[in-house]
Amino acid sequence: MNERLTTDTVVLPKAQRRRTPRRRWAEWLVERGIFLVSLSTILMVFLIFAFVAREALPVILRKTNNARSATPVTAAQVSTMPPEQLATYLGVTIADLKKYNAETVKALVELKAEELSQNVSADSRVNTTSWGWMLRARQWVGYDKPEYIWQPVSEIPKYNIIPLFIGSLKATLIALIFSVPLGVGAAIYVSQLAKPKIREVIKPVIELLSGIPSVVLGFFALLVLASILQGMFHYSSRLNALVAGVALGLTVIPVIFTISEDALSTVPSGYGQAALALGAAPWQVAWQIVLPAALPGVFAACVLGFGRAIGETMIVLMASGNASIMSGSIFDSCRTITATIAAELAEVVFGGNHYRILFLLGALLFAVTFVTNLVGDVVVHRLKRKLEGAR
Amino acid sequence: MTILRAKGYDWRSTAFHAVTLAATALIVLAVIVIIGDIVWHGAKQVSWHFVTGGTKEGMFDAKTAGVFPMIFGTLALVLLMTVGVVPVGVITAVYLTEYAKSLSPITRIIRSAINNLAGVPSIVFGLFGLGFFVQFVGGGLDQMFYGGELHYRKPALIWAAATMAIMTLPVVIVATEEALRAVPNGLREASLALGATKLKTIWKIVLPEALPGVLTGAILAVGRGAGEVAPIMFTGAAYYLAHLPTNWTDQFMHLGYHVFVLSTQSPDIERTKPILYGSVLVLLLVTFLLNLTGVLVRAKIRSRLRHG
Repeated sequence: MNERLTTDTVVLPKAQRRRTPRRRWAEWLVERGIFLVSLSTILMVFLIFAFVAREALPVILRKTNNARSATPVTAAQVSTMPPEQLATYLGVTIADLKKYNAETVKALVELKAEELSQNVSADSRVNTTSWGWMLRARQWVGYDKPEYIWQPVSEIPKYNIIPLFIGSLKATLIALIFSVPLGVGAAIYVSQLAKPKIREVIKPVIELLSGIPSVVLGFFALLVLASILQGMFHYSSRLNALVAGVALGLTVIPVIFTISEDALSTVPSGYGQAALALGAAPWQVAWQIVLPAALPGVFAACVLGFGRAIGETMIVLMASGNASIMSGSIFDSCRTITATIAAELAEVVFGGNHYRILFLLGALLFAVTFVTNLVGDVVVHRLKRKLEGAR
Repeated sequence: MTILRAKGYDWRSTAFHAVTLAATALIVLAVIVIIGDIVWHGAKQVSWHFVTGGTKEGMFDAKTAGVFPMIFGTLALVLLMTVGVVPVGVITAVYLTEYAKSLSPITRIIRSAINNLAGVPSIVFGLFGLGFFVQFVGGGLDQMFYGGELHYRKPALIWAAATMAIMTLPVVIVATEEALRAVPNGLREASLALGATKLKTIWKIVLPEALPGVLTGAILAVGRGAGEVAPIMFTGAAYYLAHLPTNWTDQFMHLGYHVFVLSTQSPDIERTKPILYGSVLVLLLVTFLLNLTGVLVRAKIRSRLRHG
């Protein structure tokens, strides 16, 4: 602001002299405004977590209870019960209760007792929304061994989230097994071995792939890929973890490729030139010099690819078959966290247990991707600083 | 480490080249197969009638069904989204390039927030849109202005656009920042030397110079917004509507959501296949044309950054 000082010391006509400070004041205000707007990204990340977690809070804090633990009330107890308590017990409003005569109340109490005696199974006394039953296996009535079950719409809703985590991990791991070698291999080829002309062709192709909407990849997996893979492996369930995983891999490849390629290109050219001068072949430079130097970047690419795959919704919703079964086989259908939220949220009661648990799943998903993003980010940042410092 | 080059033929070199080339070729092949399949099947369905027609005779009839309501809904969505996202994104990028000290903690927090926002799963944006915009903001507006009567506390075009705007914010910021950095420092210095204030320099010199890049950011954001489905499933997209949306509190039909509905809810997948391929092709054309424009402008800016 030195140039301003000189203007102020010169004697100026009155009008001009008075304008200068006001201008500065207005500009100061605008500049503060710019700063505040740029803070909005931080606010957004905070708001996203706060509002997703807010809806899930009662479940997180164990405030929900769907166990039917009421014991039948006898006719003798009714006369001593406060009306509010009786009304909740019978499931009627107090205003209604006051209108009923003694005969009706007696009939209602008997009806309720009968209903309770019929519905007593061990399962109905369990609070399925508690952390314990969301994570542990339980031997439900009619099952011969303890099992992890996600079955939110049934007589006794079962909210075990373990099968969903298994499903998400299964699809994600298949995607990574498929996309990491391809993505890293292509990144090595493009950044180290290919001629510049080939590079100019391949980079837009990869950008094209990352520009394909995930719903289109899901559609392709559902209609075309599923048939091709079934023809190759002859399994029974047409839509399964393998189909979803391979299609997911297609969305992960651009992530892995771009970040690995970036890291490989940041390695100072002096490294490679020194090795070449010592007599190394180009492939040895790529494999033994450049790749080890850029390895943290490749690792970050895998971590970010993992985050991308576990958060992907439309592909798994359309191509995984969506059966929440616990199975280690890649040829079985699986149900992921994201697909569960997408498929079920439209049909739940607002504010109900099921609704809250879906938000809980969303909050957990957010936490997972938050960590993967942070790790990937820090690793890339450190590597860049190290390599650029070495240049 | 032994770096001894064998004289003559080295099979390891050939193998290494072959493996990495194969990986690259496989990716390119996959892209060609996917796009080829969609263009091949879709081209038979896409016609003037298909693009401008509605779904009056039923959305599963290949002969009469059109996708005009979906194109309309998608465009309305991205238009509203752009209005929301571009000012915020550009202002943030201006702060980051012109004002922020690159090593200060607040700058690093903003940067990692941008990266984080870019990595939040799209379905979480859907949950956020429902919990924040529809329930909290919409419910609040209804309480304040309509005495609790239902106007805003429901899935609507405006809420879907707002959710989408937050999701595409990082795209706009990153592209704009790139464009601002490509403006030569000499221009800024010349402007300051002539006595212009910093803000005036940004407004009159830097931003006009960076305009193509700012547009790129908007275009890329629109391309992303046109293709995402998960964030709008609960915040505004409708399975089927008889009329076009006329108000921003209306629900709307969307190309991507339409593809999802057709491929998973259709009573007879073989019969609806042509419409499905047609819709997918239209969706791809919309997103690709947008992305292509964005990528081309960006490449130009990058080359200027390198040589300028």
